[in-house]
Amino acid sequence: MTTTVYVSRDASALAVGAERIARAIVEQAARRGADVRVVRNGSRGMFWLEPLVEVERTGAGQQGPGAGRVAYGPVGERDVAALFDADFLRGGAHALRLGAVADIPYFGRQERLTFARVGITDPVSLDDYRAHGGLAGLGKALDMAPADIVKTVTDSGLRGRGGAAFPAGIKWNTALGAQDAQKYIVCNADEGDSGTFSDRMLMEGDPFVLIEGMIIAGLAVGATQGYIYLRCEYPHAHEALKSAIAAAYANRVLGADILGSGKRFDLEVRLGAGAYICGEETSLLDSLEGKRGQVRPKPPLPAIKGLFGKPTIINNVITLASVPIILDKGAQYYRDFGMGRSRGTLPLQLAGNIRHGGLVEKAFGLTLRELLYDYGGGSASGRPIRAVQVGGPLGAYLPESQFDTPIDYEAFAAIKGMLGHGGIVAFDDTVDMAQQARFAMEFCAIESCGKCTPCRIGSTRGVEVIDRIIADHSRAMNTTLLRDLCDTMVNGSLCALGGLTPYPVLSALEHFPEDFSKDAVLPLSAVGGG
Amino acid sequence: MRKAAEQIPLKVVTHALPPEQARAVQAALDAHRNSPGALLPILHAVQDALGHVPEAAVPVIAHDLNQSRAEVHGMLSFYHYFRTQPSGRHVVYLCRAEACQSMGARELEAQVKQRLGIDFHETTGDGQFTLEPVYCLGNCACAPSVMVDKTLYGRVDAERFETLLVETAEAAK
Repeated sequence: MTTTVYVSRDASALAVGAERIARAIVEQAARRGADVRVVRNGSRGMFWLEPLVEVERTGAGQQGPGAGRVAYGPVGERDVAALFDADFLRGGAHALRLGAVADIPYFGRQERLTFARVGITDPVSLDDYRAHGGLAGLGKALDMAPADIVKTVTDSGLRGRGGAAFPAGIKWNTALGAQDAQKYIVCNADEGDSGTFSDRMLMEGDPFVLIEGMIIAGLAVGATQGYIYLRCEYPHAHEALKSAIAAAYANRVLGADILGSGKRFDLEVRLGAGAYICGEETSLLDSLEGKRGQVRPKPPLPAIKGLFGKPTIINNVITLASVPIILDKGAQYYRDFGMGRSRGTLPLQLAGNIRHGGLVEKAFGLTLRELLYDYGGGSASGRPIRAVQVGGPLGAYLPESQFDTPIDYEAFAAIKGMLGHGGIVAFDDTVDMAQQARFAMEFCAIESCGKCTPCRIGSTRGVEVIDRIIADHSRAMNTTLLRDLCDTMVNGSLCALGGLTPYPVLSALEHFPEDFSKDAVLPLSAVGGG
Repeated sequence: MRKAAEQIPLKVVTHALPPEQARAVQAALDAHRNSPGALLPILHAVQDALGHVPEAAVPVIAHDLNQSRAEVHGMLSFYHYFRTQPSGRHVVYLCRAEACQSMGARELEAQVKQRLGIDFHETTGDGQFTLEPVYCLGNCACAPSVMVDKTLYGRVDAERFETLLVETAEAAK
């Protein structure tokens, strides 16, 4: 009898050696004459356990997809032979045996809606996707009027998961109302924020759900062409998307006759070229048009005048990938998760100096502290967590006193923070917050598109002013100057890059002033024109 | 080469590209010129084939797409990923972003620069490695991260960096 063994193909799993483990299992199986089929799945999102190896025990009283699998991890290359010796193909005992994945609290306590299939299915098998509930949402959408699809998305309370949290249904409704023969659906897969990887995991682990979400968006607003704008730093996601799109065309999920409905939707992946600013929706559109990725003033809104001047829905990967389950199970089902005006679930990403880094999809409402300690297990270094940056490089640095903030868009806005794309980066007490503030300005200077002055010039001046503060050169005066500069950037920038860069800077200054008043240690070259 | 492009008619400039480069540019144009927003995929295709986009290709691409050289040059200079000079045999992308910083990327950066004897955007004397900064590889739960060509490595320290240099050299043999 064939035993199925799962080893992840997720980029992070590969980065810690999953490829070698998969190869070693195939070799050992051949040597021992064991009948083994290795499936390369997405990751379960528990990266401290990668490379994770799961064995399917057929007929072992399965409850739910993947429940009958026994996991072992983190598996090193030298462990593979020992696992065979321990009869791991039949769930044998071994020091690395973790039991069923669902019994691991980190995983078992999650509420996986958008990530329901990630880590369970073969990401590029359309049959597997269908067998696990895929295409059910699309099937329903095909029988609905466009306005009803939009209403369902509106009623679900889904807000843009890219960072701005704009209600998806309102955006869709604007595009639906725009009269034009050609409209576009654009997926923003330019996941450039440090500390975020949920888009990448989803595209590598369940690319069909994104494709399905984009087709539904097309049906909803009358768009027949979609583009996924993917950052070029994600070669594995690129491969997964290309395979999935080819399979979707071959099985008439994409193309001129979606599931035999006579309706059309075409989809193409386009690669970015290493510009952070292209995650901003209007510069992304310019980049797709084959131009420098410079920010456009709004209005006009992309929903009215977007790609090539046509009405365009531009949404983040997770936003679009959440649509199929909303259509399948209904707006109310999704809306019942969450708190306040933050409905549904958010795939949170625990990153940086954290013991149990990975993906945690939960309904809005749990606190940052629960995430950092109950899920994250504290810092990786074992030292106290001193600061946490939530929402990427433009998010505020939060001190321990704010760890009880609930994961909710409004609660974060209230403490001058931002939830953004759900990335959480932990720092232990060795961090120098003045250097982190300096880096925020430096990053903005490197990545500014150059269109507006506060961002283009302000960021460079910001680095210089922070250097003078660190070097104790007219410290009080320069601190006032820095606050004034930040005020100009917040209020005068065209987009979020220049407009939000002051958040990490000011929060560092606010919550960690002691790091800005140490004895000067920098060389004199940092002072003045040097 | 840039000077030549300004002084002589376009037909001659095409020949400023060595034949194999001219063929690669032509292939990229043939594959993508009719798709909307063609310039970005064309530049990717050229860089995939040649490892860089030669400056002599700029007027050829511009002429073919009926765009100005300034527009094509503007694309090349805007995007960090595109290069107009050949890289070393392998490109080492070192992540400088916050999640990696929290796990020691600043120290790793100094060690890598010292080990290779080069700064960012430079190539080692033996032509083996070019070092580039990158801002997030999406591997933030296994930081610090390094990507060599298209192979990603997590939890990299000085010791592991040494190993991956050896692995890269061996895999290329």
